[in-house]
Amino acid sequence: MTVGSALIRRRFWTTRRRDQLTAYVFITPALLGSLAFVFVPLVLVVWYSLHEWNVLADTFTFVGAENYRKLADDPNVPAVLRATAFFSIGLVVLNLALALLLAVLLNQKLRGTTVFRVLFFSPVVVSLLAWTIVWGFLLQDNGGINGLLDTIGIDGPNWLRSGGTAMAAVVIVQVFKNVGLNMVLFLAALQGVPQDLYEAARTDGASPWTIFRRITLPLISPTVLLTSIITVVGSLQVFAQISVLTQGGPGTSTTVLVYYLYQQAFQFHAFGYGATLSVLLFLIVLALTVLQWQMRKRWVFHEH
Amino acid sequence: MSIKTKLFLYGTLLVLCVPFVFPTWWMITSSFKPNAEIFSPSLLPSSWSLEPWRQVFEMQPFAQQYWNSAYIAVVVTAGTLVVASMAGYAFARIRFPGQNVLFLVVLVGLLIPSEVTIVPLFRIFNSLGLVDTHWPLILVPMLGPPSVLATFIMRQFFITLPGELEEAARMDGLGRPAIFRRIALPLARPALGAVAIFTFLHSWNLYLEPVVYISSQAKYTLPQALTQFTDAYQGQLWNVQLSAASMTAIPVLIVFVIAQRQFIEGLAHTGLKG
Repeated sequence: MTVGSALIRRRFWTTRRRDQLTAYVFITPALLGSLAFVFVPLVLVVWYSLHEWNVLADTFTFVGAENYRKLADDPNVPAVLRATAFFSIGLVVLNLALALLLAVLLNQKLRGTTVFRVLFFSPVVVSLLAWTIVWGFLLQDNGGINGLLDTIGIDGPNWLRSGGTAMAAVVIVQVFKNVGLNMVLFLAALQGVPQDLYEAARTDGASPWTIFRRITLPLISPTVLLTSIITVVGSLQVFAQISVLTQGGPGTSTTVLVYYLYQQAFQFHAFGYGATLSVLLFLIVLALTVLQWQMRKRWVFHEH
Repeated sequence: MSIKTKLFLYGTLLVLCVPFVFPTWWMITSSFKPNAEIFSPSLLPSSWSLEPWRQVFEMQPFAQQYWNSAYIAVVVTAGTLVVASMAGYAFARIRFPGQNVLFLVVLVGLLIPSEVTIVPLFRIFNSLGLVDTHWPLILVPMLGPPSVLATFIMRQFFITLPGELEEAARMDGLGRPAIFRRIALPLARPALGAVAIFTFLHSWNLYLEPVVYISSQAKYTLPQALTQFTDAYQGQLWNVQLSAASMTAIPVLIVFVIAQRQFIEGLAHTGLKG
């Protein structure tokens, strides 16, 4: 190699260009993954929703808006949306309230809070299916919960088989499973609140409730926003719990959207209609995320 | 704080603990109960029976299913750490043309739950002949939406690294790949720990995907296998099912104990803190 060409090469391969090349190499796997497993399937799901696809007969026919008409006329859809809303609202409200309560309790200057922290967090570590199965066992007609109620003279209902209690039971099971995660996030946020603010408020004679509402809540609002987004999106994805505890029943009282989607596509082989339900799920997730993001301007106190 | 307040706080905490601790206690103790005793509301078995623990392995290829879940979770976790830390680093520390657009492209994955795309992905894997193999359970979590979240967390972490460290390394003649490997990655241990736990748990708990993709019993993962102890017989063999459930909690516990400190630190460092 001559001296001249080496010089030209060096000038072309400046540090900046080398850096940029490295960057492209580094992001390639993530980018290809996003294209293959997020973007392409997202476009395809819209395309499939315009088709009738029968796996058994191996037919794939364009039917236009037929599946969307079916969606509008499907008598189950209002019930499914109601169940989904009930589950999400119940879960988010109970989860955030309990997580916040636990975090505030554990943030007190009290001995042994580490032990309680571990105990409240422990269900997060137990695998989802194990947790669901043991609760299914406890909530049976002759299970542990009714056994306990029996000892204090209460005749408990058949929790998972009665229309009035099945959804509440599923929500409760899920709340205890994951509340520990939000609790840890809230604890981290609480510990970031400057102590002198509390002292100043106490000197001014503010009640604990006022202090919580006027100081604690505004200061941890970014964490509240983040956890609520995560919890809402997570609540829309619930499947295993429904499948193990109630199979969507009794009736359609616990048939949430993802479970209905699964039934239509993979049990009844209505893949086109399943794709249509997927589009609906996507639109709901999108709308909720945008809504929450907009709301942050109104109730999040400060942002980093 | 007065004694009365303290007693009140401890009392409240103890009562609140019950629904968190009791199910796990019930799961473990019931798994040692003989079948006749399974519905008695006693806190401990009257006689400890190892029979249910043995039956778990007789009714299904449980050891095989255990191995399936374990190796899938390890491969997915390792793969995600590599993919997400590289992409997170590039997006955080290097300026390159198209950076913002490409980051947006990756970020969209955060908005799209895997459940939305399961129908087309099933068709894709079906046409590739990969249904009833473990490939969908590895590739989708490793490169799809869960990995996008990991990339985002890693990027948030790398942004906070002080620039002087990299400049010093550059003076010493290190190139980008070496700076990444020798300077940035070792400092990112808390974030890597948090991502590792999230990813492992996610893969370990995955249920919809195995149910959709896997049909032969020997290829089942644990969550799927657990539910089968009910279906194989007329009645539900609760003690066998609860033994199997207890066993699935063990690896998660181990991973958690190992990565616990990194996890808590990671939460504090990755922008999740308020």
